[in-house]
Amino acid sequence: VSGEILFGFAGAAVIGIGLFGLVTNADALRKLLAFNLIGSGVFLIFGVVARRAAAAGLGGDPVPQAMVITAIVVAFAATAMAIALLNRLFDRTGGATLTDGTEDGGDA
Amino acid sequence: MPHTAIPLAATTAGGYLLVAAVMLPVAGILLSLLCGGRHVERTAVLILPLNLAIALFVLISVWQGGEPLIYVVGGWSPPLGVALRGDGLSAVMMVTTAAVACAIAVYALADFLTPAGTIEARSSYVFWPLLLGVCGAMNLVCVGGDLFTLYVAMELLTFAAVPMVSLDGRAETLRAALRYLLFAIVGSILYLLGIALLYGSYGTLDIARLSRLVQPDFATISTLALMTTGLLAKTALFPLHLWLPPAHAGAPAAASAALSALVVKGSFFLVIRLWFDVMPALPGHDGALLLGVLGAAAIIFGGIMALRQPRLKLLVAYSTVAQIGYLFLIFPLAWNAQSGRLESGAALAGGMLQVMSHATAKAGMFMAAGTIYAAFGHDRVDQLAGAGRALPISVLAFVCGGCTLIGLPFGGAFLAKSLLLESPAASEQWWWDWIMFAGSMLTSAYVIVVMTRTLTPARMSQAACASVPRYQQMAALVLALSSLLLSLAAFGVLGIIQIGRPDEAYVVAVTPLSSDAFSIAAILKAFNPVVLGTALAIGHMWRERALAIAADDMASSGKPSHARLALLDRADHALRQWPVGSTSLLFLAIAFGAAMFAAH
Repeated sequence: VSGEILFGFAGAAVIGIGLFGLVTNADALRKLLAFNLIGSGVFLIFGVVARRAAAAGLGGDPVPQAMVITAIVVAFAATAMAIALLNRLFDRTGGATLTDGTEDGGDA
Repeated sequence: MPHTAIPLAATTAGGYLLVAAVMLPVAGILLSLLCGGRHVERTAVLILPLNLAIALFVLISVWQGGEPLIYVVGGWSPPLGVALRGDGLSAVMMVTTAAVACAIAVYALADFLTPAGTIEARSSYVFWPLLLGVCGAMNLVCVGGDLFTLYVAMELLTFAAVPMVSLDGRAETLRAALRYLLFAIVGSILYLLGIALLYGSYGTLDIARLSRLVQPDFATISTLALMTTGLLAKTALFPLHLWLPPAHAGAPAAASAALSALVVKGSFFLVIRLWFDVMPALPGHDGALLLGVLGAAAIIFGGIMALRQPRLKLLVAYSTVAQIGYLFLIFPLAWNAQSGRLESGAALAGGMLQVMSHATAKAGMFMAAGTIYAAFGHDRVDQLAGAGRALPISVLAFVCGGCTLIGLPFGGAFLAKSLLLESPAASEQWWWDWIMFAGSMLTSAYVIVVMTRTLTPARMSQAACASVPRYQQMAALVLALSSLLLSLAAFGVLGIIQIGRPDEAYVVAVTPLSSDAFSIAAILKAFNPVVLGTALAIGHMWRERALAIAADDMASSGKPSHARLALLDRADHALRQWPVGSTSLLFLAIAFGAAMFAAH
């Protein structure tokens, strides 16, 4: 098994674990962590793509690497915003789950 | 190498307009951060009309030149560099966005203005840069020429939209914003995964190049399935609408208008780009049909749920869920079985017209609902008696917007529906006509319910309501009226959306609308759903009344009055649970993959 394929499978596995966590965890912070896990898996796959699509003689294709850096910044910004919202929510309610039993029929 | 066969893109004469369209709102945001205080709203009020002017310039240059504007960033042509491309679709979308944003800004002046001598509040400081952010991100969504730029644009749009939900900082809006953000970023990570796979297969993400390279192989099909599902999560197509009602109903009215009218259209626009521009032959009939079926379910389900909502803003939010459904009917209707691909013809034109008409009508309706909320201090639909007298302009705006959504002449949706049904596929797939009829019927039912409630004279005991600035109501009315006259205005310019389609061989001319579109028979036919809708509305109000009396009886007899959750409410409640929503996201990705794979 070549290194790229191994990395590809590792990326897929990390994405799978992240998706599982995302669906099953009720807690918003855990959901956010699961999202970051999926993100890491996707970034790993970008790395594999950079290796596979590399032109002969180059160590890696720089375009996917540039995209990964941008994507990491985006994921970081998303995480920061979610944490800020979570913090504020915790301050207001003393809890940080997305389930609520108030009006609107509890849009959990 | 197939790359050599594709000519390199070059900057065209008006290409700098595209850069200006993206940079101007961004410059506005930076300027707001620098100046702060009351300069923030001044900056926005200055930038937004300029933004509209640029969008109009883009429209005019595309229209006159007859070909798309292209700007090659930094002189590096794709596949190495990135190009901005403004075609007919982008131009139409940009003008719609910019115009609606201007109206929203006029409305928001009353809510988010810091009067002289007062200390600025957080929400009034933050709202304006966010509105500029939505405009800038929408412009980038419209002109982005490669899929990664579009990913960044979509993320910018989400990051501008999420804080708008929780501007007032109440716990329930924070929760709604968090749900929105989490679901949206899951959608975008699926899109990003698709990008990685696509780049791995073809070595480019430029839309014009990809459209000539794509092959129906396993990797490409999974890519399309992943990206489409991710975009659907952001567009809140049924059954992925879990975040939309609380977010759109909880936000301040001006923000709701921007979210409902503009933000969901951004990710929808990317679906169009992906399906029509990048991979028109890939989805197969089944893939297109699956999108159409989801759209049809959204129309019916959203319509019924809107009718059942106790609060006006929730009603309008569910109406958005239903109206998003109409947009997805264009996919099966644009599918041509002979050529085996999606064709850019009447169905696409109708879809874009529907986007424009919904954007203007829905923004107007949310603003009208906002003024009613401001005046009454609540927006319970069954306690709106007297609103017609207190806020005649707002109620008129709401009803005009509603008439557009029903598809009454001469609203945008009226023409959009006849265009959708004019496409060749419509003659075989008669059921879409029935779905649209049922949707119009439900829409007219909830519009009539609101109209009846607001036009009921107020009881003497009712407290006097707060005053609402007249220009706020006028902003809502102007938007609603323009949506109601849209099909007359759009009559001559519909052909513009076909400028710059990537594969010109498959562009079907939008016939200059056979005269029957505006014939007496067609106009009368548009009123048919209203008749049934009126009956439905009467039945609904009668039932509400019976339920209310029963609840009163139970309360007076000392028994606890239990809330009666009907089957549909339960279904909606279940669908909007996080595990169900996220599972259906994954399930849809598999379903799309399977449908497309079966086609090849």
